[in-house]
Amino acid sequence: MDTIFALASARGKAGVAVIRLSGPSAHWAVAQFCALPPVRQAALRRLVWNGEVLDEALVLLFAEGASFTGEPSAELQLHGSSAVVTSVLRVLSGLEGLRLAEAGEFTRRALENGRLDLAQVEGLADLIDAETEAQRRQAMRVFSGALGRRVEAWRLDLVRAAALIEATIDFADEDVPVDVTPEVRALIEKLLAALRTELAGAKAAERVRDGFEVAIVGLPNAGKSTLLNALAGREAAITSEVAGTTRDVIEVRMDISGLSVTLLDTAGLRESSDVVERIGVERGLARARAADLRVFLQTAPDEVMMLEPEMDDIVVLGKADTTGGVDRAVSGKTGVGIDRLVGEIAERLEARAASAGLLIRERQRIAMQRAVLGLEAALDRLKLATVMPELVAADLRISLRALEMMVGRIDVENLLDEIFSSFCIGK
Amino acid sequence: MRLFHVKHFDVIVIGGGHAGTEAAAASARVGAETLLISLRRDGIGVMSCNPAIGGLGKGHLVREIDAMDGIMGLAADRAGIQYRLLNRRKGPAVQGPRAQADRKLYRTAIQDILGREERLTILEGEVVALIQDGGRASGVELADGVKIQGLSVILTAGTFLNGIIHVGDQKRPGGRVGDSPSIRLAEQLADLDLARGRLKTGTPPRLDGKTIRWDLLESQPGDDDPVVFSFLNRAPQVRQIACGITHTNERTHEIIRQNLSRSAMYGGHIEGVGPRYCPSIEDKVVRFADKLSHQVFLEPEGLDDDTVYPNGISTSLPQDVQHDYVRSILGLEDVRITQPGYAIEYDYFDPRGLDLSLQVKRNSGLYFAGQINGTTGYEEAAAQGLVAGLNAAFSALGQQPLHFSRAQSYIGVMVDDLTSRGVTEPYRMFTSRAEYRLTLRADNADQRLTPVGLSRGCIRDVRRIAFESKRLSLLAAEDMLDRSVFLPRELAEVGITLSQDGAKRSALSVMAFPDVTLDQIVRLVPEFATFPPEVQAQTAIDALYAQYLSRQHDEATALRREEAAVIPEGFIYHGLPGLSAELSAKLSRLRPSSLAQASRIEGMTPAALTLILAHIRKTRRAVAVQ
Repeated sequence: MDTIFALASARGKAGVAVIRLSGPSAHWAVAQFCALPPVRQAALRRLVWNGEVLDEALVLLFAEGASFTGEPSAELQLHGSSAVVTSVLRVLSGLEGLRLAEAGEFTRRALENGRLDLAQVEGLADLIDAETEAQRRQAMRVFSGALGRRVEAWRLDLVRAAALIEATIDFADEDVPVDVTPEVRALIEKLLAALRTELAGAKAAERVRDGFEVAIVGLPNAGKSTLLNALAGREAAITSEVAGTTRDVIEVRMDISGLSVTLLDTAGLRESSDVVERIGVERGLARARAADLRVFLQTAPDEVMMLEPEMDDIVVLGKADTTGGVDRAVSGKTGVGIDRLVGEIAERLEARAASAGLLIRERQRIAMQRAVLGLEAALDRLKLATVMPELVAADLRISLRALEMMVGRIDVENLLDEIFSSFCIGK
Repeated sequence: MRLFHVKHFDVIVIGGGHAGTEAAAASARVGAETLLISLRRDGIGVMSCNPAIGGLGKGHLVREIDAMDGIMGLAADRAGIQYRLLNRRKGPAVQGPRAQADRKLYRTAIQDILGREERLTILEGEVVALIQDGGRASGVELADGVKIQGLSVILTAGTFLNGIIHVGDQKRPGGRVGDSPSIRLAEQLADLDLARGRLKTGTPPRLDGKTIRWDLLESQPGDDDPVVFSFLNRAPQVRQIACGITHTNERTHEIIRQNLSRSAMYGGHIEGVGPRYCPSIEDKVVRFADKLSHQVFLEPEGLDDDTVYPNGISTSLPQDVQHDYVRSILGLEDVRITQPGYAIEYDYFDPRGLDLSLQVKRNSGLYFAGQINGTTGYEEAAAQGLVAGLNAAFSALGQQPLHFSRAQSYIGVMVDDLTSRGVTEPYRMFTSRAEYRLTLRADNADQRLTPVGLSRGCIRDVRRIAFESKRLSLLAAEDMLDRSVFLPRELAEVGITLSQDGAKRSALSVMAFPDVTLDQIVRLVPEFATFPPEVQAQTAIDALYAQYLSRQHDEATALRREEAAVIPEGFIYHGLPGLSAELSAKLSRLRPSSLAQASRIEGMTPAALTLILAHIRKTRRAVAVQ
């Protein structure tokens, strides 16, 4: 049985966000982040993934038979930032045996395990009504929109590829073309390219909703905190002449030409013997790498830093008040070049927002990722010397089921339709 | 077999075709006093269409019937004259055993097996009416007025309902329609108010083998190492023969094209829907006009029978056209047609009116199996016969029904497809219909189903002993390979090259690689050779699919849980708070029998399923309280 998880609190900015897990691997999944507290005892734990601290959270475990669903369960109470929630959800969806819950699925499990009494069952109607309506609307949005048309086109290609394979399996004795591999491979490669493009766009679309992250990076005492404060229009970070003042990542949420942006002020990048500062630098580096855009604040042109600018990143010379009016220079203190910097940030983020795909929901992203994995596996199998068509078919079915989740069911009848209209079957 | 001396039976089976014989055998096997009524005693077990058993999906069904100690596989092995394992070059999950069968030997074998069945009585006669008692079938009335009581009645009437045979523009009633006595039965069935549909199927002309120029034709022999049907058999039991292969050509197609308007199908005489996977030669020529030639298999109908079944050219063209186009084919220039081909149209009952026992929902005690449910094929019919026979017997004996899961068998896939989705063309089994194809294999049908049969008392001692010994052997073989571990260097010595990471691997895990042969494994673990060949083979197949099997296992478990959530007949969807009007209308119309079936209805949402489940639970508790 799968272990399911979902954000149990409302999405968006909130003080606390609650992620709930239920199923046989619920406790195991939590143990991947932190040491497990005893059941039914709340404990504050740092959630660490790949050496990176995702958040500090209140962790609660429930034993089998003593939880809402009746299954082993867990709750993670996180800080309500959507970045934190998204990163935890993403890590969970990558764990073996875990998947995002369907609407109403926790209730369903509770029901199946006899954890709801009659009165609670009566009360379900309202809840389900709302959920059904929400699902219906979501499905309609996907169906009627451009994404629906795109998924439909992918679906047709995938059905065709699967039908070709199935035809060689089920009608081995008949006059069907023996080697369908080239066409199947071509279809899979085409689909993979399309799905990967959509997935890349999906990340941008998510950012439109949850906000972009822009990190300010530079050597110690380059004036990053001063710049942050100037951009934010308030004293969000402590500034001083002492290098290394900023040790943790400071976040400021702001609006840049209508886009929701989280500015990150990071510790100055330098090798340090101070343990605390070193942790701060490492954390800053990790966050900066993961951010959507980095603003490199130089203290001198051609400066080499621990982090290399990526293609779209912005590089400016800091402290324009002291270095003089060089082109591309900014000063948090005097405000020189700030407007131009804001303009540049807006321009880059707007470009990404415009390229945003239509995939908004995390669920859809996961479904597409699963479809891609299935296609990749199928392609690998087709390249082997001994092609086992039943395994290729099994992988394609995984992809089909994943697309099915986005626009409704696909049926074996679709495959048969395709087979019978393409091949003369029947000896 | 007993003499007909009682007039009261547990189960009455009407019809002696593949569904009827399998149903009667199953019913008697589990201890029900069973009566089989057939129009003609010597017509029992007749293969009315092509002389072959098995194939892809179909071979799986035969193996599953055999695993439940049924009769089709045993009879087919007594009659098999050319065995071929289809998809031999593909993976074992999609290999299907198939055999040409000698018609006479097959019929004789079925009659012999039924004759040995202790609780089975066979009666030659014509059923003219069902006896009903308060809306429940309670017996049958024969043409001579004799009434026979039965607690359950199974109808396997084949194509008898409004059957019409077409040869060109000639048509005549087929089956039994027009026989006045059967009108009452037809009327009674009409009273059941079950939805009906119309289907058609066709046969090719039969040829005289003595007039075929075999020397001109490609010969298709059977396999060198034949794979037989029954788990109790090891080798073919009669002489083996070869089939011939020829092809239609452009002249054949031209003759057909010029006479299309004279075909029953294209002349507008037929309204029934034919199977897309078994088109007539007219269909092939029209729909695949760019194909200049079609394959024709020439299948001998028996060892001492000259009749040849030309598989691939079924037709409803007039006799003279059949004569012309057949003779345009290589090797058939001087052939004599012994019986013209024809199309037959018939009514079927919408199987959505049946529950998972194949019992008519509105008339308990009455079961339908075979073509009457819209299926085609001997194997599909026999598998339904097994399901109906077992359940009719269990019902009569006051035992729990036995439902087959999609996750466990092709039988389960078929019964679920039929009862939840109905049919739009004659239903035939394909391996692609099974979600868990890698698990539902022909080689492990006994491992999947014989334990079920044992728990329900339908497996006899001979099979039980063979099964248990194989099962222990399988466990020992797997254990042996799992405990034998080797270094990459040792594996390389027998020709298995894997990454030289220094890690030790068990022989069992090495078997999962598709290119590793049994021979290499035996060189690594010589004692493995002491296991019977079928045990070695199945161990290898299980290892090959291990990675996929564990993934399918979880899905299958979830499916079975949904299948176990039975929605009571008569459950009221209307007015269920939270359920949309559209879904409620759909559910009321389709009446899914379980949550699993409901989940496959288009537009169904997980939330709506939860709601239904909640109310099933509520109803059940309310009943328990009363």
